[in-house]
Amino acid sequence: MIKVSLIRAMMVAAGMLAAVVAAVTPANAEVEININKGNVEPLPIAVTDFLQGELGQKISDVVAADLKRSGLFAPINKGAFIEKISNPDATPRFEDWKVINAQALVTGRVTQEGDGRLKAEFRLWDTFGGSQMTGQQFFTQPENWRRVAHIIADAIYERITGEKGYFDTRIVYVAESGPKTARKRQLAIMDQDGFNARALTNSNDIVLTPRFSPNRQEVTYMSFENQQPRVYLLQLETGQREVVGNFPGMTFSPRFSPDGQRVIMSLQQDGNANIYTMDLRSRTTTRLTNTAAIDTAPSYSPDGSQIAFESDRGGRQQIYVMGADGSGQRRISFGDGSYSTPVWSPRGDLIAFTKQSGGKFSIGVMKTDGSGERILTTGFHNEGPTWAPNGRVLMFFRQGAGSGGPQLYSIDLSGYNEQLIQTKGFASDPAWSPLLE
Amino acid sequence: MSRIDTPAAGRMQTIARNPVMIALVMTLALAGCASKKNLPGSAGELGLGGAGSATPGSQQDFTVNVGDRIFFDTDSTSIRADAQQTLARQAQWLAKYPNYAITIEGHADERGTREYNLALGARRAASTRDYLISQGVPANRMKTISYGKEKPVAVCDDISCWSQNRRAVTVLGGAGM
Repeated sequence: MIKVSLIRAMMVAAGMLAAVVAAVTPANAEVEININKGNVEPLPIAVTDFLQGELGQKISDVVAADLKRSGLFAPINKGAFIEKISNPDATPRFEDWKVINAQALVTGRVTQEGDGRLKAEFRLWDTFGGSQMTGQQFFTQPENWRRVAHIIADAIYERITGEKGYFDTRIVYVAESGPKTARKRQLAIMDQDGFNARALTNSNDIVLTPRFSPNRQEVTYMSFENQQPRVYLLQLETGQREVVGNFPGMTFSPRFSPDGQRVIMSLQQDGNANIYTMDLRSRTTTRLTNTAAIDTAPSYSPDGSQIAFESDRGGRQQIYVMGADGSGQRRISFGDGSYSTPVWSPRGDLIAFTKQSGGKFSIGVMKTDGSGERILTTGFHNEGPTWAPNGRVLMFFRQGAGSGGPQLYSIDLSGYNEQLIQTKGFASDPAWSPLLE
Repeated sequence: MSRIDTPAAGRMQTIARNPVMIALVMTLALAGCASKKNLPGSAGELGLGGAGSATPGSQQDFTVNVGDRIFFDTDSTSIRADAQQTLARQAQWLAKYPNYAITIEGHADERGTREYNLALGARRAASTRDYLISQGVPANRMKTISYGKEKPVAVCDDISCWSQNRRAVTVLGGAGM
């Protein structure tokens, strides 16, 4: 798939990642956003309509919308553009773009190939540096035009921030409808910007907590099918479904191991929930915790060596960490209130969680030893964080007091740039897909 | 520029097949579940009938004259004194009508996270079952199931509703785990 451009590879090699932002970009310095600084000024960028026609304009609109929603870019109103791009391959008149303070400029073209495929190409220009930063082209079926736009937005994001993008990703979630006392739930999947939503299951049974496999081809989730609450595996391409394991009681809170070979989950027996894994090839199950408590919400570290989970073994729910074999179980959360739904960051350095304290529900992050707790958002009810694959953005669900149901929101790791994800009805339990490498 | 990136193209073709596949999933799933229907009483809407009108030994008799549900304190699985009286009546009734198997549904209020509430509901169902066992109801007549916070009966954003949703409901028949 998209490879890092040569210039970018050289830049990384030279250790030039830290640095400079928007306001004044010295001549010859590359346009760059340092997202390690937290709340940065969004970079003014001009995304011109791709040639030719309506589809080109739609693609550039999606690119601009992705960049804008990230909070790191400020697409400039097209009405302010001076130069009209008639040849996206020709060097633009940089002066015309500098005048409107466009730090970066995107030009592009969409054409139909003889075999019916769509060819989309774009160039990213550094207007103050007076140079092209990258240029790429893609082929796809015409109905995938939104996906091409997301891939282009990822390429721009990566080229300018030095970090992987997350626009060409999807969200699997629970679509909810109907009154609270008779709520209908369906697994659904959509693009990260809320478009292309489709149901994956019918609404006959309660379905909860879907999670992607690392290769994005499978989803593990919990279903009350046949009044037997169990963890399931769903193959997205074939639609094949199966119960995971042959457990004697309710299984819930599933998640994949980073290598995709195991599903980790809780098994309820009488009043106790303990954590088990099942190897998907050998079908062998392994018990990892053995307490009279509720041990649940397990989440692997990205290298697969450790597992974060929640337990009320000490009284209230708190976050614990253990080795992948169940060894060395230790509590890491010690703040006021209770902590639950730990999710290990794709970068490995942070654990996101839901915190209940003082009648409020917060989403926060802490280091993997429990230090450095930071609350990103607090309110009547926020729950269930999931990480964008680049570890920069989280999504969660929120139910406001007096609202009819939950909705999905994203927020930067910095705690800024909270955004509602538009869904047709109510939505909960989002899980962000990985990026395909 | 203009690097041609064939892997990306291939990847998109893979995705392009998905809508068809997903439509297939839907069709299969619908076909597979068409015959299912909700069990009476499982959503807890019963209990509105007049006491005198219930036929002895009927579901309505059990719901209205005995009481099909008990309530819990926040985050607690202890059987409260009022609940002990209800469960004692349930045990007597079940002894009188020994043909009924029962399912105990455990529920939590909305003021917790989803996974924990599933386990909490299961704990409440288990402690209710254990209490009924202590009152002489054979264990093999009982099944339990937890719905966590997914099936509230009272809908508002304060304790007047939450306290009604923290419950264990004894359902005649039903299908537990």
